[in-house]
Amino acid sequence: MEPFQRVTSIPTPFLRDNVDTDVIIPAEWLKTVSRSGLAKGAFSSIRTLENGDPDPESVFNQPAYKDSQILVAGDNFGCGSSREHAAWALADLGYRCVIAPDFADIFASNAFKNGILTISLDADIVAELAAEGEAGRALVVDLDAQTVTRADGQCHPFTLDPFRRRCLLEGLDEVGLTLQNHGPAIAAFEERQKLEMPWLYRG
Amino acid sequence: MSNPETLYDKIWRRHEVAKSDDGSALIYIDRHLVHEVTSPQAFEKLELDGRKVRRPDAALAVPDHNVPTTDRSQKIADPLSKKQIDLLRDNVKRWNIELYDMLDSRQGIVHVIGPEQGFTQPGLTLVCGDSHTSTHGAFGALAFGIGTSEVEHVLVTQTLTLKKSRNMRVTVNGILPKGVTAKDMALAIIGKIGTAGATGHVIEFTGDAVRSLSMEGRMTLCNMSIEAGGRAGLIAPDETTFAYLKGRPFTPKAGQWEQALSVWKTLYSDDDAVFDKDVTLDASEIEPQVTWGTSPEQVAPIGAVIPDPTIFEDAGKQEAASRALAYMGLQPGMPLESIAVDHVFIGSCTNSRIEDLREAASVLRGKKIASGIKQALVVPGSGLVKHQAEAEGLDKVFLDAGFEWREPGCSMCLGMNPDKVPPGARCASTSNRNFVGRQGPGSRTHLLSPAMAAAAAITGHLTDIRTIARLEEGAA
Ligand code: SF4
Repeated sequence: MEPFQRVTSIPTPFLRDNVDTDVIIPAEWLKTVSRSGLAKGAFSSIRTLENGDPDPESVFNQPAYKDSQILVAGDNFGCGSSREHAAWALADLGYRCVIAPDFADIFASNAFKNGILTISLDADIVAELAAEGEAGRALVVDLDAQTVTRADGQCHPFTLDPFRRRCLLEGLDEVGLTLQNHGPAIAAFEERQKLEMPWLYRG
Repeated sequence: MSNPETLYDKIWRRHEVAKSDDGSALIYIDRHLVHEVTSPQAFEKLELDGRKVRRPDAALAVPDHNVPTTDRSQKIADPLSKKQIDLLRDNVKRWNIELYDMLDSRQGIVHVIGPEQGFTQPGLTLVCGDSHTSTHGAFGALAFGIGTSEVEHVLVTQTLTLKKSRNMRVTVNGILPKGVTAKDMALAIIGKIGTAGATGHVIEFTGDAVRSLSMEGRMTLCNMSIEAGGRAGLIAPDETTFAYLKGRPFTPKAGQWEQALSVWKTLYSDDDAVFDKDVTLDASEIEPQVTWGTSPEQVAPIGAVIPDPTIFEDAGKQEAASRALAYMGLQPGMPLESIAVDHVFIGSCTNSRIEDLREAASVLRGKKIASGIKQALVVPGSGLVKHQAEAEGLDKVFLDAGFEWREPGCSMCLGMNPDKVPPGARCASTSNRNFVGRQGPGSRTHLLSPAMAAAAAITGHLTDIRTIARLEEGAA
C-alpha cells in the first residue's frame, strides 16, 4: 500500500448527510471483478442527468476537483450496505482522505484497509473546510502531525487510532502485518492442530 | 477450577494464535468457503502483492449467487455473471482449491454444500464472504461472514484479527405446535428482539425446542441469526449433529471418528457460564409467521392484521413502518391472510434442504397452484438435494402442482441472476431478507416457511397452514 504521510489538495465539498454506500457506488457495480475501474460508477446517481449525460452542476464533474484527493463530506458518511466497493470506488476516483463529522463504522474500516484516511472533525469545522474547497483553496492533511491545515495557516488537529495511524504512515497492509508479526505463531498453531485434529489437513 | 465458559468462549480460546492489548486477538480460521462474488478482488490483490494461498486444503469453492437455475448446458447470458464464474474457475485452478463447478452434482448454495459435505464441523472456525455464513453455527462451529479484504487475509494467513463479541443466549422451551417450523421460530425471535437485538453478540440457541430440531431446522435458525444483528449463531453439538455428520466426505473416518467425538463432546456452555444477554421464548406460543414490511423484524403471526405504524413507540420505527407499508402497497388493518401473492419462491440457504422440500411437497401433494400465481419456483439448495428429492418423487409433486423445478443456486433470493420478482409484484418467499429491491428492483417480499409458501401457492394469498391441515383432517 502507498504510505500516507501528507496530502495537499483542493478538497471536494460534498456536505450531504447520510450518503450511503449505494450512492457512493450503486449495486449494479458489485458484479465487477477488479478493484480498479469503479470510478466510472462512483456517485453515478448524482453525477448524471436523466438522459445519461454528465451533470455539469455536480461537484464531481467540475474541473476544479478533477485531481482532488480530499473529500469533505456530511454526517454519517458511508452508511448502508457494507460493500467494500465503496472504498475502492473512492480510491479509484483518486481520493486518499475523507473528512466528515462522522462515518459509518464498516465504511471507515474498509477505507482504512484500502489506504484511505478518514478524519472526523466537528461539523462546524467540516463546513469551513468545505468552504475552502468551494473557494478553490487547498488543504494540507498531515498524518504524522495529525493536523488539517488551511491556506491561511489555520490548523485543526484530529485524532486517530494509533494502530491505523502507523499502518497508514508506513503503508503497511493488514496481511503484511500479520505475516510479519505472527508468521511463526501461526505455523506453531497448525503443528499443534495437526496432531489434535489430523483430519482437517488434507495433503 | 477454571472459569466457566460459554460455547463461544471455548471455540474462541481454542483458536487464539495471539492476543493484543486492545482486546482483539488473531484467530485461526479452520475452514473457508469461497464463492464467485466476493472473492475475485481478494485473489487479484494477493497476486498483485506477490503472496500465496496458505492452505488450499482448508478452502472449498462453489459458484452459486450468479448461476442460472435453468438448463446448465447453455452459456450464461449475462456477461458479468459469466466473467465472475470464469474467474472463480481460474483462481481456484491457479491455487489448487477444490471447486464444485456448475455441472457437478455437489454444486449448490455455499451454505448448503458445506454441511452436506461434512466440511462444516463442530468447534471449528468457518468463514465465507457472505453474511449468511452464520448457518454453519448449527453444528457448533463459530461461523460468520467476512468482507473481501478479510477473504484475502484468510487466504494468505489463515487467520483474522477479531474483537470478541459478547455472549447472548436465546432459550426456546416447550414443543412447537403442528404446522410451526424452525423458520417460524427464527422469525418469532427476530420479531421479539428486533434486527438489532443481537448486535455485538454471538447468539447461542438452546432449550428443548431447539434441541429437538433436526439439523436442517437448526441451520434455518442459525441462518437467520444474522437478521437479528448477531455476529454468529451457535447450537451446541449433540447426538443429532454427530449422526448427521457421520460418513460425509469431509468428516473424519474410522479411527479418527472417535478422536473427533472426544473433542466435539466438550463443546457446550458450562452450567454456570455467564451470558451478557438472555432471552426466553415459549415454543408452544409460536404461530406461523409472515413478514409484512421491508425488514425481517416487521413480522407477525399469520392471523394478525397489518399493524398501524402509530402503535410503535419509537418514532424511527413508526417512520420505518410507514415507509415499508407504502413500498409494500399495504394498508394498516388489512388481515395478512387477505394479501394476494404473484410469485412463490421455495429455496435459498434458509430453506432449500431436503426437509424443507418434503415439508412443502406434503402440503402440495395432489393440489394445484392458484390461477393468480404468475410463477412458482422450487430451487433445491444443491445438486445432491435435488437428486434426493427426485429419488423421493418430490419433483413430480411440485411439477404436478404447477411449480417449476430448477437447478440449484441462490436464485430468487437476491436479484443478481435471471430469477427476479418484477417491479411491484409480490412474492411469498422462504428466503431470509425482505429488503427493498432484494428480489429485484421494486419487488415485494413476504418471508415465511416452506409449508406456508406452499399454502400460499395453493390459495393464491397468504394463508395459515394450520387451516389447510385442518381441512385435510376434516376431509380424511
Ligand atoms: S441463498 Fe440468498 S442469502 Fe443465501 S447465500 Fe445465496 S444470496 Fe445469500
